[in-house]
Amino acid sequence: MADHDHSHEHGSELSETQLRVRALETILTEKGYIDPAALDAIVETYETKVGPRNGARVVAKAWTDPAFKQALLKDATAAVGTLGHVSPVGDHLVAVENTPQRHNMIVCTLCSCYPWEMLGLPPVWYKSAPYRSRAVKDPRGVLADFGVALPKETEIRVWDSTAETRFLVLPMRPAGTEEWSEERLADLVTRDSMIGTGLALTPAEIAK
Amino acid sequence: MMGRPTIPISGIPSDAEGPVFCEPWEAQAFAMALALHKRGLFTWPEWATTLAGEIKRAQAAGDPDTGATYYWHWLNALERLVTEKGIADAGLLTRYHDAWDHAADRTKHGDPIELRPEDFRPA
Repeated sequence: MADHDHSHEHGSELSETQLRVRALETILTEKGYIDPAALDAIVETYETKVGPRNGARVVAKAWTDPAFKQALLKDATAAVGTLGHVSPVGDHLVAVENTPQRHNMIVCTLCSCYPWEMLGLPPVWYKSAPYRSRAVKDPRGVLADFGVALPKETEIRVWDSTAETRFLVLPMRPAGTEEWSEERLADLVTRDSMIGTGLALTPAEIAK
Repeated sequence: MMGRPTIPISGIPSDAEGPVFCEPWEAQAFAMALALHKRGLFTWPEWATTLAGEIKRAQAAGDPDTGATYYWHWLNALERLVTEKGIADAGLLTRYHDAWDHAADRTKHGDPIELRPEDFRPA
């Protein structure tokens, strides 16, 4: 859609897209469907408060607390609920565990369903058509693009998210972190490791 | 601290934990959908289906769909649902669109743009 191109010697300019957004917002506000202050609060939450740190805390807890891990794998929505995180947008969150035998990756082939409350807003590549189609057809190739090489024996399982069911990958705990606190472990958990396009950082990597 | 930059190969756009919204309007559109969902105007599956439909439509029309146009699809889905739910028809959307355009035209560059009754074309 092209921005309109009147010439305004003294006036201001709003792009076509900005005009459409403002039109919607004004109509919805006037009709009482939305409150501009509430919109600002939503934006602020997603810009500053909800991010991969939420998911990292869940993963670190699962690494150190076997009972929590069991609960998480059984019913992630309920287990995460006990931690007092942001309330979920979809209905059902499922945690899938990486093991030496199986590596998990998440995708949404149709749009970009994503565990927002755990990871914040999806990265731009997650929303891109190349990732959405290639993750399913060639997961090993996608992992290679992300610099991840897994042993041949490791099976790769790709989970297609929907509006009802979203997935969170529980990455493997890096070696050499046996004595680490939950807090310290959380620093090893990257966003990509919870999407499955990366691995958790090793102690050596974080020391850099 | 979190995450490593990824390497852009094979057409998958990379990001190094860049900004979540590229432009303010994206944030506004995002928040409007969440607010309307919270009000029960549509279910989340309904939203996802509409959004997926808009993405398909854009792809069919030649959008490379690299993720950069994601919030355009989002805005299209929002307008579609607002229209389908009978909150505003296309005519009303256009009327407000044009009024905002008029408001921008008469506002000195740098001043906040405000919508006034005289910005609307006589009905």
